[in-house]
Amino acid sequence: MEEKHLNLKESIRNNTRQYTMIGALAAIWIIFTFLTNNLFIDPRNLSNLFLQTVTIAIVASGMTLIMVTGNIDLSVGSVAGFAGAVAAVLQVRYGWNAASAVAASLATGLAIGAWHGFWVAYSKVPAFIVTLASMMAFRGAILGVTGGATLSPLSESLKMIGTNYVAPFPSAVFAVLCVAAYVGFAVRKRARRVKYGFAVSKPGWAVLKIASLSAALGGIFLIMIMNEGIPYAVLLLFAVVLIFSFISQNTVFGRRLYAIGGNADAARLSGIGIEKNLMRLFMLFGLLVATAGIVMTARLNAATTSAGSNMELDAIAACVIGGTSLMGGEGTIIGAIIGALIMSSLDNGMSLMNIDITYQYIIKGLILLLAVWVDIATRKK
Amino acid sequence: MTEYALEMKNIVKEFPGVRALDGVNIQIRKGEIHALVGENGAGKSTLMKILSGLYPVGTYDGEIRLGNSLCRFKNIKESERSGIAIIHQELSLVRELDVMENIFLGNEIHKWGVIRHEKAFMKAREALQRVNLSVSPDQIVRYLGVGEQQLVEIAKALLKEADILILDEPTAALSEQESGKLLGILKSLREKGVTCIYISHRLKEVLSIADRLTVLRDGKTVCTLDNAGITEADLIAHMVGRELSHGDDGEERTVGEVILEVQDWSVYDEATRRHVSQVSFSLRAGEIMGIAGLVGAGRTELVMSLFGAWGIRTSGRVLLRGKDLSLVNPEDAIRAGISLVSEDRKRFGLVLIQDVKNNISLASLEKISRRGVLDANKEVRYAEQYAADLKIKTPSVEQVVMNLSGGNQQKIVLAKWLMTEPAVFILDEPTRGIDVGAKYEICRIINELAKRGVGIIIVSSELAELIGLCDRILVMHEGTVAGEVNGRGATQEAIMHLATGNRN
Repeated sequence: MEEKHLNLKESIRNNTRQYTMIGALAAIWIIFTFLTNNLFIDPRNLSNLFLQTVTIAIVASGMTLIMVTGNIDLSVGSVAGFAGAVAAVLQVRYGWNAASAVAASLATGLAIGAWHGFWVAYSKVPAFIVTLASMMAFRGAILGVTGGATLSPLSESLKMIGTNYVAPFPSAVFAVLCVAAYVGFAVRKRARRVKYGFAVSKPGWAVLKIASLSAALGGIFLIMIMNEGIPYAVLLLFAVVLIFSFISQNTVFGRRLYAIGGNADAARLSGIGIEKNLMRLFMLFGLLVATAGIVMTARLNAATTSAGSNMELDAIAACVIGGTSLMGGEGTIIGAIIGALIMSSLDNGMSLMNIDITYQYIIKGLILLLAVWVDIATRKK
Repeated sequence: MTEYALEMKNIVKEFPGVRALDGVNIQIRKGEIHALVGENGAGKSTLMKILSGLYPVGTYDGEIRLGNSLCRFKNIKESERSGIAIIHQELSLVRELDVMENIFLGNEIHKWGVIRHEKAFMKAREALQRVNLSVSPDQIVRYLGVGEQQLVEIAKALLKEADILILDEPTAALSEQESGKLLGILKSLREKGVTCIYISHRLKEVLSIADRLTVLRDGKTVCTLDNAGITEADLIAHMVGRELSHGDDGEERTVGEVILEVQDWSVYDEATRRHVSQVSFSLRAGEIMGIAGLVGAGRTELVMSLFGAWGIRTSGRVLLRGKDLSLVNPEDAIRAGISLVSEDRKRFGLVLIQDVKNNISLASLEKISRRGVLDANKEVRYAEQYAADLKIKTPSVEQVVMNLSGGNQQKIVLAKWLMTEPAVFILDEPTRGIDVGAKYEICRIINELAKRGVGIIIVSSELAELIGLCDRILVMHEGTVAGEVNGRGATQEAIMHLATGNRN
């Protein structure tokens, strides 16, 4: 079949949001590099930045799907803190090994997710209220299990999830494989679109796009390898992003979530069990939040009573900046990851510049507002 | 020349792809009750929406004159200020507030922003007396009956000093006794000089109350009559007119065994009101059965309940191929082999922000997936096949559905349900709001399905279409089956006769 080509204008219009976000992230990096005398762009700092992003990004991946269904979860900070505390208590007080402590923590997350799912899906209590209740309740529960004290240190095997690196050489091999896989995937996708007569961008642009994205991906790996290698936590994030992107785009479950958020009535009349699917989603998300809690605890090498505070707000902000609609039906995992990177870049850059924490909060708040306004204003057209 | 209170001249209103009003003329005399009648979709509601400012000036052609002045309403407030009040079929009261608060909503009696409760109470009581409603102004609206709520609406309109009152199907949800009371009040308002435009399907009522009548058909004024010596049959003849039936290619279908059997089926809503009572019928494979009836006759409630999508409680039995079905949700119904194209495609049929292929595959994701993983290639193949079969006009199956025309959207909904390969296919108003070409196409598809042995139920307000398409037509009136007519050789008059409450 003959190839149908989009002209440049069309292909930019189809992906305005992605390009704006990537552009914004690049702009933020360039500005900080300039303002911090290249301190920001230093591989050690960037590698650290990625590590800082991991917990928020893991949570944001799942939060995207929650928001796609038109729901929200305000409890992730408390639940992540609690799940982390469970792992820490079991290990520090009761001497459990890392694997059992992690398993117990994940089971806790799953159970909490089921609890949320029960109330949201079957009892029809708004998710905002259900998770607001959990936000308070599990903050209390953290105090309960830790006895109000900071629990540390963790065993080496648990701590390494948050602090260790894959050695540079295997990292490099992994990086090459990843980039190759991406290129293969992109080429195959384009070929498939041509086969079915969908419009694709012109060959030149396609090559340029694939090349620049490969370069960006490779660049991120290179930065980490130039430091100490790929952190385990970043590897975990890669896995989460792949799995959740796959769920959102390639599975029946994901398709149903988008339909529920896009038009719940139409979804129900198309034979989609809304309750069942929401229950599954909240359980999956519970598991994910616990994972983030474990990474966070491992990185701190301690469970503290305030761990995870405000995590939900950062995650929601990341999703929204990344183009997830609060009305449901729209949102991408990769957008949320870029949103999370923007948020933590701001944190990191402003800290490097020694900006007073007062202004850091104010600036972050205003940037969130600005990002959403730009999105709304550009979408009207 | 008589001084008219209101004149609408050459009103033309177009929606994308549809000309809803095509040069409508209507003159209303001061102090009369003027009835507006016509089939569903004739343009009555559209006309009233223009008059009340809901469709602002500039979105239609033609002119509106109130007395001697030309009106150019930009919004509802402006038409209200000119003394026009509309009472919609769906009541617009805030159910959680009390009667007085509703009456003064947006017009609160206050001093420095503080509500003056005593004064409001007194004025509300006066207003309620004018409509003969004996409820306390501090009664919460939720606890009032539908008829009483209607009267509250009228009281509210009168307080705004409306001298033209528009009532859109005010008695559709009322009992006979309540309707009688309402009509009495309208008569007494007429004596006080209030002009009233009355829209109703209940022709008996119309003939008992109206001074003059205007009949609309297909967006055009058919005639304006004095209410003297007119019979229901005359009115029906004007409403229906002569129209070509289509979709019938004359080819005989072979009708098979009974596939769906409904016995003593009743459906109740939250408030335990019964919307469908004791309906029984059976449907054969390859048969096309129509369901006719007026708005509010329970047609949609009946078919939606057969799809597991409506009603809090049901009683009776539904058998599919002789097997009892427990219809709890659409998921079960689809699995059993029943599919339903709902009447409101934007609300119930489509995910507008998604593309054509996603919408087509939505109800049959199992077909394009293995172990929960979607096969994108398969999905595209299915979508393209249906798009070609149904002649869906779209640049590609990746087009977002929101941007397509009504006819194409409706075909996408049809494609979605065809993909489930149902044994019983129910279509609720499948041709509403779409152009003639798409209508013809949809009728063709229905015929074709029947030839393949699918049992088909069509709910439609377009009688000509039902007659042309159906083997037989069930006529509903107030939740019951008023009668059944044969498709071939049925007259629209006979159907309207049954639908307006006359049993045969």
